[in-house]
Amino acid sequence: MTVQAIDKKSEAETALAGAFEAMKGKGASALRQASWEFFARKGLPTRRVEAWHYTDLRASLRSVAPLGAPGAITLPPATDGRLRLVVADGAFRPELSDVAALPAGVELSSLADVLAKDDAAVLAALGLPENAGADAVVALNAALMQDGVVLRVAPATEVAKTIEILLLSTGGEARSSFTRSLVLVGDGAKARIVETSLALTPSGAQENHVLAFSIGAGAEVEHIADIGPQSESAIRLFSLLVTAQAKAVFKSLGFIEGGGLVRRQIFARLAGEEASVALDGVSLLGGKHHADTTLVVEHAAANCKSRERFRSVLDGQSTGVFQGKVVVRPGAQKTDGSMQSRALLLSENATMNNKPELEIFADDVVCGHGATCGRLDADQLFYLVARGLPKHEAEALLIEGFAGEIIEAIGEEAARDVYFERIRSWLANRGDGK
Amino acid sequence: MIEIKNLHVSIGERKILDGLNLTVKDGEVAAIMGPNGTGKSTLSYVISGREGYDVTEGEVLLDGENILGLEPHERAAKGVFLAFQYPVEIPGVATMTFLKAAVNAQRRSRGEEELQTPDFMKMVREASTKLGINMDMLKRALNVGFSGGEKKRMDILQMSLLQPKFGILDETDSGLDIDALRIVSEGVNALRSPDRGFLVITHYQRLLDYIKPDTVHVMAKGKIQKTGGPELALELEKSGYRDYVGEAA
Amino acid sequence: MAARQETVARVEEIDVDAYKYGFTTDIESEKAPKGLSEDIVRFISAKKNEPEWLTEWRLEAYRRWLTMEEPKWARVDYPPIDYQDLYYYSAPKSTPGPKSLDEVDPELLRTYEKLGIPLREQEALAGVEQRKVAVDAVFDSVSVATTFREELSKAGVIFCPISEAVREHPELVRKYLGSVVPVTDNFYATLNSAVFSDGSFVYIPPGVRCPMELSTYFRINEKNTGQFERTLIIADADSYVSYLEGCTAPKRDENQLHAAVVELVALDDAEIKYSTVQNWYPGDSEGKGGIYNFVTKRGDCRGKNSHISWTQVETGSAVTWKYPSCILRGDNSQGEFYSIAVSNGYQQVDSGTKMIHLGKNTKSRIISKGISAGNSQNTYRGQVSAHRKAEGARNFTNCDSLLIGDKCGAHTVPYLESKNASAVFEHEATTSKISEDQLFYCMQRGLSEEEATALIVNGFVRDVLQKLPMEFAVEAQKLIAVSLEGSVG
Repeated sequence: MTVQAIDKKSEAETALAGAFEAMKGKGASALRQASWEFFARKGLPTRRVEAWHYTDLRASLRSVAPLGAPGAITLPPATDGRLRLVVADGAFRPELSDVAALPAGVELSSLADVLAKDDAAVLAALGLPENAGADAVVALNAALMQDGVVLRVAPATEVAKTIEILLLSTGGEARSSFTRSLVLVGDGAKARIVETSLALTPSGAQENHVLAFSIGAGAEVEHIADIGPQSESAIRLFSLLVTAQAKAVFKSLGFIEGGGLVRRQIFARLAGEEASVALDGVSLLGGKHHADTTLVVEHAAANCKSRERFRSVLDGQSTGVFQGKVVVRPGAQKTDGSMQSRALLLSENATMNNKPELEIFADDVVCGHGATCGRLDADQLFYLVARGLPKHEAEALLIEGFAGEIIEAIGEEAARDVYFERIRSWLANRGDGK
Repeated sequence: MIEIKNLHVSIGERKILDGLNLTVKDGEVAAIMGPNGTGKSTLSYVISGREGYDVTEGEVLLDGENILGLEPHERAAKGVFLAFQYPVEIPGVATMTFLKAAVNAQRRSRGEEELQTPDFMKMVREASTKLGINMDMLKRALNVGFSGGEKKRMDILQMSLLQPKFGILDETDSGLDIDALRIVSEGVNALRSPDRGFLVITHYQRLLDYIKPDTVHVMAKGKIQKTGGPELALELEKSGYRDYVGEAA
Repeated sequence: MAARQETVARVEEIDVDAYKYGFTTDIESEKAPKGLSEDIVRFISAKKNEPEWLTEWRLEAYRRWLTMEEPKWARVDYPPIDYQDLYYYSAPKSTPGPKSLDEVDPELLRTYEKLGIPLREQEALAGVEQRKVAVDAVFDSVSVATTFREELSKAGVIFCPISEAVREHPELVRKYLGSVVPVTDNFYATLNSAVFSDGSFVYIPPGVRCPMELSTYFRINEKNTGQFERTLIIADADSYVSYLEGCTAPKRDENQLHAAVVELVALDDAEIKYSTVQNWYPGDSEGKGGIYNFVTKRGDCRGKNSHISWTQVETGSAVTWKYPSCILRGDNSQGEFYSIAVSNGYQQVDSGTKMIHLGKNTKSRIISKGISAGNSQNTYRGQVSAHRKAEGARNFTNCDSLLIGDKCGAHTVPYLESKNASAVFEHEATTSKISEDQLFYCMQRGLSEEEATALIVNGFVRDVLQKLPMEFAVEAQKLIAVSLEGSVG
């Protein structure tokens, strides 16, 4: 395969080429090489790429921070009842993780180990799903992936405790990390996976994380992507790749609190009949933060169901982006798809861009989407104020209700409380964001 | 006359009608009563030709002709009319437009001349007045935003315009208050005639106080279990369907 | 008036799967040599006795066009167009600009009569209560007749071919031409600016309510001829005009290019209602032939309280690329877009609108109904944006698609961009097929499946049909039924 050089490489693209040279020898060389060539052809996405219509990564990523290296870490306190797997600055840290506590039926390896062994099954699962194949960021991740976790949940295993993959950025200066984790869920198994990205450093990290789920027939997975607050210089890319077999159920919530550029992308493929996905999201943004959620749900089999509900609360000079595409392939009859994106603009300088799309090639379907954007409802606000609430409390109550509707759907009770608390504390600190 | 002979019907693997026999003569009003889920609505759909039902055995004869091979609209043109349990809403289609389209389609199919607008309007106005239907309602989209009673009245109006050979009333009383029930029943009674048969499907005796049947059939487990006169309905009201389903109802 | 009624009667005669407008008119024409160059641009300009500024304007557009690329983002697919293999100018030979209808070639008059658009002013025949419609008939590259001009001019309304307006009203043309769709706007608009041949010009003076509907009827006749008409409508302060546009073309095996530009300007308190029934030849059942319809239509609500409304019924063309848009510049201005797009056979439609909210308290409303059948692809693409200063902007969008058969596609691609907290946008879209329950209900009442489908489809598009002037609505309804013939069963 020949590599066509793009017109002119940006400084960051040149730096990434250097990083690729350094990663070349670290397993999965064919996959890395092919992915790199693909990325090199495309370059960093700009707004000219339709799927990146509102986010210019090439312009935002001016230089590439050096790849992180393992060092001493003080871990934040753990959430009760969760098993924690720590991936810090691009390296899995078993000594900091609850490896021994993993229940029977759950098998864990580090991605680096698996890659070093060139395990064909894992490599196959790492390959790009068809619907994410054209994305440069996912390809870049495959070329540069450092480490991550590979979890195998045996068929019919019910994992009682939530497993949390903690993605940490540490150190005094900005670092970049490329992690890739894989969760293979056997037929009829049940698991709850939380992916938490946390910076223990004030300098903005550059993250590119991929989490791939392969969900067996009749299995149920609940997932949360917890993308907490970060500085305005942070560039954070999260890709979620999901393949759901027949009757599988996948639920995911993205909770985003910022970063100079946050992009959460989901590529979900309903591959077997009667599979279902429910994708939810809450973004709370202020300052100059920019958060983009872009998803493609592909109905490749008949009788599947998809639900997407996204809420953005935008303050300061922040920008929210929602691009959602529901694709119904030929033959995916009786598809039931519904998508909704709603945005609240709290400040005069905030921006919301919505692009909900339908692409339908089967006739016996019921698909719809809705998108709204505006400020708080004046009648509701007045009602609360007339009952004696100060204006800011009334606003907070309405905003909490707006975002809270999504939080209510979280299965894990403790997590619901955590996110309600996070919404309240975001509201309390709102003044700072302007 | 409609004659149903040894009718076996299933939906997928599930057997719904199991050798049902029933005859309704011209001029006769027959009631079918039975517990929920015994296939009463299936029977009405099979007679009128809805898709999704497998007729594995038997026949349905309208004046001696087996109509099971016909399309629904062909059966309608031959005079089969189904008053739906839940009349469907069709947004954007004005009721009047729909009525005219239906009346003329049936006339065409029977080789009759289509009605011109003035004649048609006259006919609709007369029929609507009898049923207490405001002409303004006919300008609205078909059944959209109509109350339960209005929807049922609209179905009876259609029956009076289409003048069928054989009318099926599928749980016409469901969702109706007493006043609406009375108006609808009067509409039906006005259409009773020596050359028109009716099959009244109902769960309760109540409707039969208004539309007096000549015969009453008890249906359970996919077939007719017992046939009698109007007194049978009263009896059922007291004793329930227990005796026919073989367990406490 | 009678013309419209005859149109309706004409359309009623249309029967199954036949594009009845597919005949050709055998008339001698004068053409420019094939291909495009500065010389051809000069030739067109000279043919029309244009002033020098316009010749230069065209040449500038041509030079710019040479540097541009065809847009690729739409969901349409067609073989490359050889722009040097087209005629850019074709005019019926006998019409060096007829002064009155009596001078128009009778063959042409017969053509328009056949299309249901008699150009004779039939005041005498038309009953007193009938409404009048003034018609400008454009045949290939030139306007061949414009009716009711005298009556209109009494009201101060200017309605004439744009080539004539360039000569008679240069100050108006110069002021407004290219002021809504700049010369550099996009590939096709720039091409049009270089070679536009004819089209209609309308000016409604302040305070005037145009006394009748204005209408332009476009007809492509010549082989291998591109049609590049240009329409410019100016509604001065507090005026009103309703304008209708119809299009047909003969059946030909090769594809024909149509790249029009329409510019609307509404000043303070003015209102323009623009309706289109687009029925260009869609190609045959195998997808051979048909018109490539690449059109730029844009309205500028330049004044406060101005109002522009686009209504379109799109049933024809092999490929449609068309986004009638509104720039809501004046405070309290309003834009509307009502669309029915029907695709069947191998047609490809990528159509929608843009509503750009710049002024305060601007409102827009979008109702789009797409119906795909056969092997067609039907895309709604629309943009709604509110800029920082668009305080109190409102948009409501409703976008429904109906699929008939499992070989077609229906796609929805909206872009909703708000930079103002007080702007409220609401967007809804659905895609479904005709419900089995509805079909069965109608069939139970005696309608055949095809009749039932037509009835339900008419219900589906009704909200939009009601926005058309009544005579057009009837015509459009028939057209939709004809376009969907053979799609059921």
